Amino acid sequence: MDKINFMLAGVGGQGTLLAGNILADVGLAAGYDAKKSEVHGMAQRGGSVTTHVRWGPRVDAPMAGKGEIDILVGFEQLEALRYVEYLRPGGKALLSTHKIPPVAVTSGGAIYPDEARFKGIVEQVTQDYLLVPAVEIARELGNARVHNVVLLGALSCWLDVPAAIWLEVIERHVPAKVLELNRSAFARGREFGTQNH
Amino acid sequence: MKRLLSGNEAIAYGAWEAGVVVGSAYPGTPSTEILEAFAPMPDVYAEWATNEKVAMDVAIGAAYAGRRALTCMKHVGLNVAADSFFYASMTGVEAGLVVVSADDPQMHSSQNEQDNRRYAKFARVPCLEPSDSQEAKDMVGAALDMSEEFDTPVMLRITTRIAHSHGPVELGERRPRPPRVDKYPRNFTKYVMLPQNARPRHPVLEQRIALLAGFAENFPYNRVEMGDRRLGIVTCGVSYAYAREVFPDASILRLGMTYPLPRQLISDFAAQVERLIVLEELDPFLEEEIVLQGITCEGKSIFPVAGEFDPQVVREAAIQAGLLPAEQRVVPAEPAKGELPPRPPVLCPGCPHRGVFYVMKKLKLPVQGDIGCYTLGGMPPLNCIDTCGCMGAGIGVAHGADKAGDAERHIAVIGDSTFFHTGMPALLNTVYNRGKSITVIMDNRVTAMTGHQENPGTGLTLQGQPAPQVELEPLVRALGVPAVSTVDAYDLRAVDAAFKAALAREEPAAIITRRACVLLPEARRQSRPLRVNREKCIACWTCSRIGCPALRRSDEVYAKTGRAKSDIDPLLCTGCEVCAQVCSQDAILFRAQLADS
Repeated sequence: MDKINFMLAGVGGQGTLLAGNILADVGLAAGYDAKKSEVHGMAQRGGSVTTHVRWGPRVDAPMAGKGEIDILVGFEQLEALRYVEYLRPGGKALLSTHKIPPVAVTSGGAIYPDEARFKGIVEQVTQDYLLVPAVEIARELGNARVHNVVLLGALSCWLDVPAAIWLEVIERHVPAKVLELNRSAFARGREFGTQNH
Repeated sequence: MKRLLSGNEAIAYGAWEAGVVVGSAYPGTPSTEILEAFAPMPDVYAEWATNEKVAMDVAIGAAYAGRRALTCMKHVGLNVAADSFFYASMTGVEAGLVVVSADDPQMHSSQNEQDNRRYAKFARVPCLEPSDSQEAKDMVGAALDMSEEFDTPVMLRITTRIAHSHGPVELGERRPRPPRVDKYPRNFTKYVMLPQNARPRHPVLEQRIALLAGFAENFPYNRVEMGDRRLGIVTCGVSYAYAREVFPDASILRLGMTYPLPRQLISDFAAQVERLIVLEELDPFLEEEIVLQGITCEGKSIFPVAGEFDPQVVREAAIQAGLLPAEQRVVPAEPAKGELPPRPPVLCPGCPHRGVFYVMKKLKLPVQGDIGCYTLGGMPPLNCIDTCGCMGAGIGVAHGADKAGDAERHIAVIGDSTFFHTGMPALLNTVYNRGKSITVIMDNRVTAMTGHQENPGTGLTLQGQPAPQVELEPLVRALGVPAVSTVDAYDLRAVDAAFKAALAREEPAAIITRRACVLLPEARRQSRPLRVNREKCIACWTCSRIGCPALRRSDEVYAKTGRAKSDIDPLLCTGCEVCAQVCSQDAILFRAQLADS
């Protein structure tokens, strides 16, 4: 059985906590030992948030350290850059194309990294990454908020866990009235991941 | 079936399973979720108290009445509750009392990091430390049993990485228990700590700790895991997990009870290993005890005293100390990133505090801050807070500077919940001691920063019962403040007028800036995004000085200066109209104007 260290990086309010809960529960459902660690801090105030999820035959520490992350999931571009060196050199990164400029940019004149700078930084750590227009896909389905489940769908392509397990776990974590939307989000994300390997 | 639970959730289940009937706490990261998870459980009473000291008194009262009780707080919360913690240790209890201290190494959401195991030793209270969520649950029951067997409160000490990490937990059934007394105790010598009664209790405490030290030798959560004898590691809490991760072959003594220590178990372990190290975050608490026993060990000479650990921090320190071969070093990439724009937490779009800080900033007076969402008024570009130490400090600090003869007129800002917590005595002090500082109570009708908990101003209890709502203005008048005004926090003119009136008089003043937190359901329902009239905008960027995340630069340029005109993100803007009031050109449409255009 593999050991996999995930790190989810995003902005407070983007749904990274829910995604982390689902990811950890999928690990358990798939027979791994799993742990998850997050910092609530002042996350709701639009700050930077990270969640660690670990799968393995036996998981001790609830989080991994810099350079030990196997898969980085970036929910927002600037935050993916902020934590990119946590990813093992050559590790895999699933990166949403979504941008949320912080106040330093919107009011303070700082420059949000452009596409070229973004790739330039990521590629110093790994060439093995996939850009996912998760928010656009979610909007097409009717609600930008499910972009987090779109990302999980894309992530699922890299993992050896049947889709049925993912869907069962998702069902346990989302309200009934948005279950169909979330199932579609997962499916579209998984489809995107499969097509864009 | 195992469920993935956070340490906090697990503690709530543990309390419920072990028959706890009363839980009282004050919100504080990383402890808040314990009582939130406990409150909806069947057959329990759970409350948000006004502060941690009151919370602890409440739990003590329940324990005196023979029912098992729980109180929870963050590390600095125990500073507030310390007086009660000490007397509870002196008197003992009738039924089990567990005190959860959730420390925050790395200060993810705190003004300091402090090692509250020291309080346990200081007060002669046993301390248990779980290493994962399952133990967090199971140790609550163990703590309560210990509390009753030895007649002592028991500290259950966790840290952020236990509180907010999730792991699989096996749940059990509730084991309810009848009250341990038929009648509330009338035991004068045990419970009334007059000196004549307190004096004989001190030796009782010392003896109790000696008995507990004997008990610790066989306590099942103190566990030896022998491996390679070249290295022996004494560890506790989440550090145990890092020890297993980074030193998979070493011999480990995992202490689940970190005060008092099992001296024999420790010496036996030390004798069996070649090199003995202590792996613990923050203070050399275990290390000092082991050294006191006359055993050589290394702790803070290897591992940091400040900040939290993670497997990398531990591994790197171990390699430097020659405990691990250099080949095991994990070398992260070092990408050249240049300066990435920072993303600190900021006041939400529509936050009612924003406009008040903008007005205050123009006064150029010193502002003593306090703990809550409004502390973020100190962040750029508002930069309007000069000091902030702990809950309820600002008002006293302002008064102290005033009485020291500082030439400037002092302002203190405090939130509604913080005011109820410790602000009231401070304001009373300002009035009673003839101060003249100005106190701004930022009343957003909820305990916001910790996740929107109820408080005496909200009209609801933690368990959803209707509650009397304290009215701040009459309360402040009753404290004797001669000049009190309540203004709508969104109305900058009214806020400004209130400050001008307060500054005109050499007497203490209170300004209550009132407006519900914009994240509350009622406020959310009323959100409506505003718009910039590009034709009127001259790109002066005055609006950007309020630092609202919903304001941004458009791609349209003002020809005369070449600067970008302003724009409002309709997904973020709530329509508070603070930017519209600040705009020098009336270029931002007010809500009333949106209907017309």
